[in-house]
Amino acid sequence: MMLDREITMRGSSVTDESTLPGDARPTSGANRGISVFDLNIYYGDFLAVADVSMEIEARSITALIGPSGCGKSTFLRSLNRMHEVIDGARVEGSVRLDGEDLYGSGVDPVAVRRRVGMVFQRPNPFPTMSIYDNVVAGIRLNSAKLRRAETDEIVERSLRGANLWEEVKDRLDQPGSGLSGGQQQRLCIARATAVEPDVLLMDEPCSALDPISTLAIEQLMLELKENFTIVIVTHNMQQAARVSDRTGFFNIAGTGKPGRLIEIDDTKRMFSNPTEQATQDYVTGRFG
Amino acid sequence: MTLLSPQSASVTAQTASRGRLGDRVFSGLSRAAGINILIILAGVAAFLVVEGRAGIFGDTEEMSGSDNFLQYVGPLVFGTVYASFLALLIAAPLGVAVALFISHYAPKRVSQTLGYLVDLLAAIPSVVFGIWGITVLAPILSGNLYPWLNENLDFLPFFSGTISTSGRSMLTAGIVLAVMILPVITAISREVFLQTPRLHEEASLALGATKWEMIRQAVLPYGRSGVISGCMLGLGRALGETMAVAIILSPSDGYFWSVLTNQNSNTIASNVALKFPEAYGLDVNRLIATGLVLFGITFLVNALARRVANAGFSGADG
Repeated sequence: MMLDREITMRGSSVTDESTLPGDARPTSGANRGISVFDLNIYYGDFLAVADVSMEIEARSITALIGPSGCGKSTFLRSLNRMHEVIDGARVEGSVRLDGEDLYGSGVDPVAVRRRVGMVFQRPNPFPTMSIYDNVVAGIRLNSAKLRRAETDEIVERSLRGANLWEEVKDRLDQPGSGLSGGQQQRLCIARATAVEPDVLLMDEPCSALDPISTLAIEQLMLELKENFTIVIVTHNMQQAARVSDRTGFFNIAGTGKPGRLIEIDDTKRMFSNPTEQATQDYVTGRFG
Repeated sequence: MTLLSPQSASVTAQTASRGRLGDRVFSGLSRAAGINILIILAGVAAFLVVEGRAGIFGDTEEMSGSDNFLQYVGPLVFGTVYASFLALLIAAPLGVAVALFISHYAPKRVSQTLGYLVDLLAAIPSVVFGIWGITVLAPILSGNLYPWLNENLDFLPFFSGTISTSGRSMLTAGIVLAVMILPVITAISREVFLQTPRLHEEASLALGATKWEMIRQAVLPYGRSGVISGCMLGLGRALGETMAVAIILSPSDGYFWSVLTNQNSNTIASNVALKFPEAYGLDVNRLIATGLVLFGITFLVNALARRVANAGFSGADG
């Protein structure tokens, strides 16, 4: 518990933008907040998530909680159009990043995903690539010709940013799949941040990890939110309480019914005094 | 067997003994089948060695054409490897492309139908391919593609020389062989491409990869060893193919690099098929000896394929 509180303290100490350390990233002028308005997500004719509207604040951590099948992962994947890899998936409504509609006509999903990165439930470094190549995998997609010195720098910066540099700096040419689960997940975070996205989506990033690795990732998230807008889906309510600034609760009325956003508010309030009874029941463990 | 005994101890004695008997019968049968393979293989190898020895070391005066065995088999080995290599050069990229189309691009119904049709291609007898090659493909190619290659690329030794008007050239044989080995390469590549973990594909897409970039980043590296072993299996089939080559190729004795002329090195299998009916005495032994050489080449290719396939992708943990 002591540890938990300590992390929360660290988290709250960096919320004020003026106290941020010098941000060298070129897009630092942009806001990087996301506005979701009246979003309906369909798989074919099936309405999976209905009527979601929310503001996701820039450079903060927003946690999405809720019982299994409530559509929180689907919603998360709609924020970088990853749900479209399933045939027949489509949305109505709008998702705006810095005021720009990600679903506007002529917007390429590939371009969206370069601005909105993603970390998955299970660590998924490319098995045939070295640690080094894994980190620069996204960079190589975006800009074909980079000098070795430049990629070296990106690799070091990204791995340091993911708190992994000290552990792997002597074996960058080894396959990424040789690392432990927690290290692999941090490698995936380094890979996602190397392309300098505006937003980082995390789909239950710790559910396949042991408690020590989970702690490392949570600490990392609190550091990352200085530079990135983070949205995390988690089944672990303690985790949501520990790391997030705001928490959204999704619920589902029954099988075959669409998932809905019940409530979104400051995390502290969501876990102490939520407006909705369903939220209260869920966070106190009465169901789900 | 011993593993099963605690399990069978719990049922009644009668069924237990019957189970053990059935077990014994089945394991005996499967063991016999396994040993059978070894016996057949050893038998064929022994036959080739015993009968072929006279062809290799026998008196060349008694054979038609008085050159020694190496001089005799050399052009045949060259022709066999050359024709198969041409076939692989054409079929490998095409097969991988078709497999990718089936696994990642085509709509579901199209991909199923196409996969079925590709498998059907493997069921066509090679003699049909041979007849199709010489009556349909050869005239078309020798009327259009070959003159063009000959005029525009004749600085390459492969496309120089006087082109065969009938189209009975090494390239025609290579193309027909390519069509024949295409199903093997496609089927195996398709299977490994379909097995690419969704996790890896999504990792790539989430980095902002286009579909083609995702395929290069996630699918092809994952399927690499499968594609290679598919190619090796295809190569194995091309090396041993007899009828199609025997029908199409107009063989000459010697080493010929040009793929368009009617002077072509024959392949081992085709040579055996053409010469065997009229051969007698030591000539028969010499043909059998060339069979031994082909056996060796095919064995080598298969061993290589097995090795590549088993090497797999080290460290992949799905």
